[in-house]
Amino acid sequence: MPNYARRTLHTRLRSVFLAAIAFLAVIAMPLVAFAENETIGGTLEKIDADDREAVAGVTITVEQAGAVVGTAESDQNGDWEIPVPGAGEYVVRLNVDSLPDGVALTDPERFELPAVSVRADQNKTARFNLGPGLVSGVSTWNRVGSLFVIGLKLGAIIALSSVGLSLVFGVTGLVNFAHGDLVTLGAVSAYLFSSSSIGPGWHILIAAIPAILLVAGFGGLQEAALWRPLRRRSTGLVALIVVSIGLSFVIRYGILVAFSGLPRPYRNYAIQNDMHILGITTVPKNLAIIGFTVTVLALIGLFLTRTKLGTAMRAVADNADLAESSGIDVSRVILVTWVVGAGLAGLGGVMFGISEQVQWDMGAKLLLLIFAAVILGGLGTAFGAMLGGFVVGVAIEMSTLVIPVEFKTAVALGILVVMLLVRPQGLLGTKERIG
Amino acid sequence: MDWLKILIDAGRAAVGVPAAAYALSAMGLNLQFGYTGLLNFGHVASMMVGAYGMAITVDRGGSLWLGVVVGIILALILGLLLGIPTLRLRADYLAIVTIAAGEILRLIVRSSWAEPLTKGILGIQSFADEFHDLNPIPVGLYGLGRFRFDERTVWVMMLGWGLVTVVALFMWKLTRSPWGRTIRAIREDEDAALSLGKNVFGYKLQSLMVGGAIGALAGMFLAIDQQNVTPDTYIPLLTFYAFTVVILGGPGTLLGPITGSMIFWFLFKLLDGFMTDAILNGWFFGWFEATDIGPIRFALFGMGLMWLMIFRPQGLFGSHEEMLIDGQ
Repeated sequence: MPNYARRTLHTRLRSVFLAAIAFLAVIAMPLVAFAENETIGGTLEKIDADDREAVAGVTITVEQAGAVVGTAESDQNGDWEIPVPGAGEYVVRLNVDSLPDGVALTDPERFELPAVSVRADQNKTARFNLGPGLVSGVSTWNRVGSLFVIGLKLGAIIALSSVGLSLVFGVTGLVNFAHGDLVTLGAVSAYLFSSSSIGPGWHILIAAIPAILLVAGFGGLQEAALWRPLRRRSTGLVALIVVSIGLSFVIRYGILVAFSGLPRPYRNYAIQNDMHILGITTVPKNLAIIGFTVTVLALIGLFLTRTKLGTAMRAVADNADLAESSGIDVSRVILVTWVVGAGLAGLGGVMFGISEQVQWDMGAKLLLLIFAAVILGGLGTAFGAMLGGFVVGVAIEMSTLVIPVEFKTAVALGILVVMLLVRPQGLLGTKERIG
Repeated sequence: MDWLKILIDAGRAAVGVPAAAYALSAMGLNLQFGYTGLLNFGHVASMMVGAYGMAITVDRGGSLWLGVVVGIILALILGLLLGIPTLRLRADYLAIVTIAAGEILRLIVRSSWAEPLTKGILGIQSFADEFHDLNPIPVGLYGLGRFRFDERTVWVMMLGWGLVTVVALFMWKLTRSPWGRTIRAIREDEDAALSLGKNVFGYKLQSLMVGGAIGALAGMFLAIDQQNVTPDTYIPLLTFYAFTVVILGGPGTLLGPITGSMIFWFLFKLLDGFMTDAILNGWFFGWFEATDIGPIRFALFGMGLMWLMIFRPQGLFGSHEEMLIDGQ
């Protein structure tokens, strides 16, 4: 009996051992087989200025001497790989028709790599350069109209973000180089409340409310703790600007540590199906952003022209001394301006995040466009910033009809320089503001 | 935590290649910002134009020395183009246009349109062999203990500090000339200078161009050391390194940029070494990873810049009399 038991144990142990070996062999086999063969592979990425985005679902074919060797489709990470029978020269072809809308080869001629040579045991990388191409196969009207809508959407985001910068400049004379980072702060806070694993996971439209309040509060805190004391010490304009640069680094890289460098979309509205209106193809969120922004900006306009506080704001922006002597509490007006301006920038950030993705330097990239908008409209005027924002947004997107997409931000610089040469006070500014 | 190692590494940085490069770069910015009061936030553009001008010339078959001339000429043209629309306006307009121009220029250099010339994102490599081949220093390590440099680094350092000396002498002559007195007068009171019949716009333009040419020298020097130019090196951050160096050393002083650069790189490397060790030893309770060191360093750098500008705008050792950056 004990003998039998021992034998059973022994057999059992041996069978477990054998099974383990067999299991390992099964796992290891494809690895071994893999390493012995040659492959051609690569990663498809759409590169748009500084942004990279994996392109999935693109068909790639490898041929040799006119015969198809293999086909593959790029996966979610844009990766694709095709095993080939051995060392030699192959033709690698990208099926242009399988590219998604808005992605195209940067050089349309290079859809085929005619001589990809693979050495023995090599995993050869074949590269196709993809960029944001124009949507192919649609009517001119659709192209122009769609770009116009995208331009309006970008303009809406710029306009929201610009009003604060312009108003703060109006009441304090400071050009705040950290303003773009308030935009990022808004987008990232909304991410925290809506989509992050440590947050409450609210819908983005609800998460936007605490995010905007947070940025508005941060704006007020900045004014009370930093800018007001500096003004009291009568620090010069140049010094203030350099301080704002320092602050922008603190906020931006603080966000990078907290949020990491990966761009991430919100949980809601990240992917939407195209819709067709009046012959234009667009996504519903673009129209929603435009409509919502126009409403908010109209309310801001009413606030500035119809309420006592808004009028006081414009009075301080016009002439602070005169406003003070007519009984306006200038300090309080400046504080309110900071709170409102930062809150609007935060809202702009949420819109930007919904429209694209949330990224640690999104606001810093937007800052150039914000500057172009406020200078076009007139530094210090709220309505100028709104107008400038829409004009800059539309001009940038529409410019891609005639110039390469990579240069679309350069259009903003063009607008900036032309305005400074022709009418430095901006479209709605008055002459004495340029000093 | 090996304090000695961290201190020595910081000391190496303070006399090494980056310190020399930023001393040069900051001397150019000092002429614009410290002496003339111009708020040039696109200084990195002159560095890039200089480095690319040189690299492309060599890449197209020219000699390195021709490349240096091309780089300087391009930087002078850049200063002219940036100055004309902005120098009649207030300081903040120049700041906005220059920071924008620097970024746009970087986008153009990395675009596929400019790729035949600039080689796109990958950039141009190995263009300074002519300089490195001239190295007369025998192979070996020079210095004491850990504080040592190889023959290549010593050769590059000699070039760097040599350039710093030459430019410092040039600046010494320049700022003591009538021209130098005029630009300082413009910094103190533009209207007063204007009322004395000085062509304020012209002086500012010249200062912007000459400062840019010195910045281009710094860019070329860095490129020669690294044997590599890529567009994404030239981000706006470099401009603000130079700003911090100028303010650290004292704006509008001759030797300020040099001491400023040495202090800056010493502190920078000290912080780097300290944080690397601290994270390895788990001093931050695992809140941060090694990849966070870069961003934390930049955030602290921002705080340092704010602190300096608020409390020591005349530099760490400067007196408050000479320097009052105001910009109306």
